[in-house]
Amino acid sequence: MRYSALSLLGNAFSKNKNWKPAWRNPDPKPHYDVIIIGGGGHGLATAYYLSKVFGVRNVAVLEKGYLGSGNIGRNTTIIRSNYLLEGNNPFYEFSMRLWEGLEQDFNFNAMVSQRGVINLFHSDAQRDAYTRRGNAMRLHGVDADLLNRDQLREKLPFLDYENARFPIMGGLMQARGGTVRHDAVAWGFARGADQNGVDIIQNCEVTGIDRDGDQITGVQTTRGAITCNKLAMAVAGSSSHVAKMVDMRLPIESHALQAFVSEGLKPFIDRVVTFGAGHFYVSQSDKGGLVFGGDIEGYNSYAQRGNLACVEHVAEAGMAMIPALSRVRILRSWGGIMDMSMDGSPIMDRTHLSNLYFNGGWCYGGFKATPASGYCFAHLLANDTPHETATAFRMDRFARGYLLDEKGVGAQANLH
Amino acid sequence: MSSLVKCPHCGLRPREEFTIRGEVATPRPDAGADEALWFDHVYLRDNPRGEHREYWHHSGGCRRWLVLTRNTLTHETSDVVDASTLKLGERA
Repeated sequence: MRYSALSLLGNAFSKNKNWKPAWRNPDPKPHYDVIIIGGGGHGLATAYYLSKVFGVRNVAVLEKGYLGSGNIGRNTTIIRSNYLLEGNNPFYEFSMRLWEGLEQDFNFNAMVSQRGVINLFHSDAQRDAYTRRGNAMRLHGVDADLLNRDQLREKLPFLDYENARFPIMGGLMQARGGTVRHDAVAWGFARGADQNGVDIIQNCEVTGIDRDGDQITGVQTTRGAITCNKLAMAVAGSSSHVAKMVDMRLPIESHALQAFVSEGLKPFIDRVVTFGAGHFYVSQSDKGGLVFGGDIEGYNSYAQRGNLACVEHVAEAGMAMIPALSRVRILRSWGGIMDMSMDGSPIMDRTHLSNLYFNGGWCYGGFKATPASGYCFAHLLANDTPHETATAFRMDRFARGYLLDEKGVGAQANLH
Repeated sequence: MSSLVKCPHCGLRPREEFTIRGEVATPRPDAGADEALWFDHVYLRDNPRGEHREYWHHSGGCRRWLVLTRNTLTHETSDVVDASTLKLGERA
């Protein structure tokens, strides 16, 4: 059923008794053309675009838990395309353009809100760096505006402009950035893919990968063996764990990142704001809670939770930026596992096995990339060539020295 | 848990005092070693789910390099030794 004002009205008159589940819950078939491991945002988006744009419909998405139980439901919902590097920027802008038309495209309300993303700067050097990034964005056709302190005060009067150590001098704004209701992204892609005939199989963990020489023949799962022509990994967070099944070692470490939500407040912060003197980013949800986060924990982790040291650090950074937060109570915090790659950028490529495809290494920037990641990965799966915006995300770029290191910190995963 | 680390020199200390280097996948190759060896050393990681040996630096304390044996799934630390007790080039 297509959702519309009319369907809403019709169901209201029938007392909302006739709503159907948004997707089926099928048993796995013995064989698929393409199996996608991972029913998170990227896996579901891949299935959606594969079935919709590239005409590959005999597809299964295998999810070890329930749909959307991983990072797609654990992030801070921010979308933006304010990247510096040539290999990154066109890809994230492609993603932004997909976000802009996404709700009409998959007929689901994902609450895409282009409220603007502002990165604060606190020194002359940082202003220069942000100017450079803003110019790079504009050269790629992305909107970017450098705001001085007075312009910023009009938009965000509650910041600590006179902070003795980190005075706020201005900010780089991408007005088209914003937030999206993250769970709805998973649900919308799942529903769209399901309607195109994709089987979304939940509670189905891949326990082994079957090989014949350099060919993948299928997977072993907790719901039996399934064969396939092509196998796609979209398991960011657990990439190393799954890759180990085919003896791959990756330039990736798994790290825990926490996110937080405060008690509900009256409208207060109407944009996404990021601190430039520490790692802190905040927006306010439509329910009123402040949604915010900071740095990863710093040690390898597969536990979907963090520790108190990071909670304190994030709270301190938030206080330094917005002193008015001092009496706001944190309602909940939770953690997710990040695929931290060695240059801070993702990997989307073929592998040493002829029909195994890899998508991972999203660090903590995977959410904003969801639609483009799905589209480009589907392109790779269907055509065996990378999409024009994703040519830099090669697996061998580390060995060849073509790193995509936005931050310039080198091969130290916990610093990206 | 990883909130408190038992430094062999300083005793139980908070995690904030430490800087984490992480897994050292392979011993550092010779300067003239094959590129493949260097690539492996600099970029590739085992990144196991479970027991993990890793370098931590007690940068806010005794400034000694330590080797922790820590479970990445439970965050439990089962062993901490001073890195100098390992043989040179021994895989951490």
